[in-house]
Amino acid sequence: MSEFKKEDFKGVWVFAEQRRGVLHNVGFELLGRGRELADQLGCELAAVLIGNGIKSKAADLIAAGADKVYVVDSPKLDHFNDELYANVLSDIAEQFKPEIILTGATAVGRAFFPRVSIKLNAGLTADCTAFELDMATRNLMQIRPAFGGSLMAKIMTPERRPQMSTARYKVFKPLVKDPNKKGEVIEPKIKEDSFSARSSFIEFIQEIETTINLSEADIVVSGGRGMGSAENFKLVRELAQALNGAVGASRAAVDSGWIPYSHQVGQTGKTVSPKLYVACGISGSVQHLAGMQSSDVIVAINKDPEAPIFGVAKFGLVGDLFEIVPALTARLKKG
Amino acid sequence: MKIVVFIKQVPDTTNIKVDPETGTLKRETAGTVMNPFDMYAIEEGLRIKEKFAGSTVTVVTMGPPMAKEMLRIAIGMGADEAVLLSDRLLAGSDTWATSYALAKAAEKLGFDIMLFGKQAIDGDTAQVGPSAAQYLNIPSLTWVKKIKEISDTELTVERMMDDGVDIVKSSLPVALTVVKEINEPRLESLKGKMRAKKYEPAVWSLADINGDEKMVGVKNSPTRVAKSWSAQREAGKAEILEGDATAKAETLFTRLKELGLAK
Repeated sequence: MSEFKKEDFKGVWVFAEQRRGVLHNVGFELLGRGRELADQLGCELAAVLIGNGIKSKAADLIAAGADKVYVVDSPKLDHFNDELYANVLSDIAEQFKPEIILTGATAVGRAFFPRVSIKLNAGLTADCTAFELDMATRNLMQIRPAFGGSLMAKIMTPERRPQMSTARYKVFKPLVKDPNKKGEVIEPKIKEDSFSARSSFIEFIQEIETTINLSEADIVVSGGRGMGSAENFKLVRELAQALNGAVGASRAAVDSGWIPYSHQVGQTGKTVSPKLYVACGISGSVQHLAGMQSSDVIVAINKDPEAPIFGVAKFGLVGDLFEIVPALTARLKKG
Repeated sequence: MKIVVFIKQVPDTTNIKVDPETGTLKRETAGTVMNPFDMYAIEEGLRIKEKFAGSTVTVVTMGPPMAKEMLRIAIGMGADEAVLLSDRLLAGSDTWATSYALAKAAEKLGFDIMLFGKQAIDGDTAQVGPSAAQYLNIPSLTWVKKIKEISDTELTVERMMDDGVDIVKSSLPVALTVVKEINEPRLESLKGKMRAKKYEPAVWSLADINGDEKMVGVKNSPTRVAKSWSAQREAGKAEILEGDATAKAETLFTRLKELGLAK
């Protein structure tokens, strides 16, 4: 290893995740925040795009704010593979030495970024919800929830470079795409052994979702213990339908067998940050709040005015949910 | 088959309270539990063991001496051996340093499969499993919901991605992180509990695992916590909507419309 000097590392990078040729929106969001960070640091913003037959997508990343796109397009990268992704990203980072690398805290990002951080001898902070810069040290201050969201921590990587983070989806805002923006597409040379792995992809099975994907949804309506039964969950479904949203649930509702685990929101379920989150009959345990408190607007419907859910809500409806929820559904349907 | 399961003692967040005066967590009153996801890792380890005669399941944790109690739960469930990695030099290790230490412990034990819960509920990073795998230069498969096939040399798993399920094959040795859907963890058996009562876990220091001091501890961890604060939002900030159910629905509808959230 050549001698490590912090000053040798320049540039903000965003790993642009794609699945089956479709770029994940979190990449655009991080290019939005990355643009501001790069401008503040006075350096370039680059995207890293790897996959098979994806080179044409580089233009979208440039339009979304990238000055450069590093593309590795190979049939060997047809599917996500932890080892290959880690090898290839580490290979490019070793060649071009970025100061910061961000990716979405998605199933893919959280699976392979840890491997990259070990290969690059770098620190990694998970699931960040905000970034700040300390200009004197050029340290990236990485802000993230911990202890199930009851604590926030500001984390930095003072001595190592690159500074690496996975960042929560739907927290940062993408830029308005500028199709006239100029950028450079670079196809770096990758070592042959970076393409060897001991694990291999066999097949993808799309989850049969009759409802809208929870983590993607802009609106989520969730039911908790207060729903009382599986039967009553139809009130939640109807409200979700009227709002064109997805159906979520608290752990209490899932554990009672009223709705499958795939709908669970919270620390041991899914983390969501929709534009609107409606909590019906959910008291708001620390674990549940951890999974939804970064939602833009939270509406709480609960009979107990002391329920912690009101502490995070923007609008509180205290009363009988069996009256309020149908009234709200009816009002929304009327338009 | 040699199976090593890594588990962690975490504050019991179901009991955790925030001190209203200081805004910090009252950790001392919370008590500790085994990280809930790790139960599934132990269970899966035991199920693999039951398929392959002569297999062993060893549980490993890194932490203070009081973590022995949690190791005994794993013994009660049916694990063969338990190891506590405990050394002042390890205190304050971040995920980068922790995964190094766990990798060194795994190296000392020897293994075919490493199992982890998908993440710990205190740090919520999900980084230690894949990081330890990288230190050992073995494949890692995260978010495993099912082991479809397994032989002495390879396995095929289903992993939960954001958009569906990836079916992936890997040679052994391999590191897996598991999600709740993978199984239903067993309770401690009576026989297991009897054994656990008298069981004394091995206690290893950093020297015992041939660990490098410069790779661990708060000083050598790449990441630092610069600051932390309570995330409880100010109570009473919510606008409480008045009137009967219809009136409340009407007001909320108006508010949502103003915010562009309802049509």
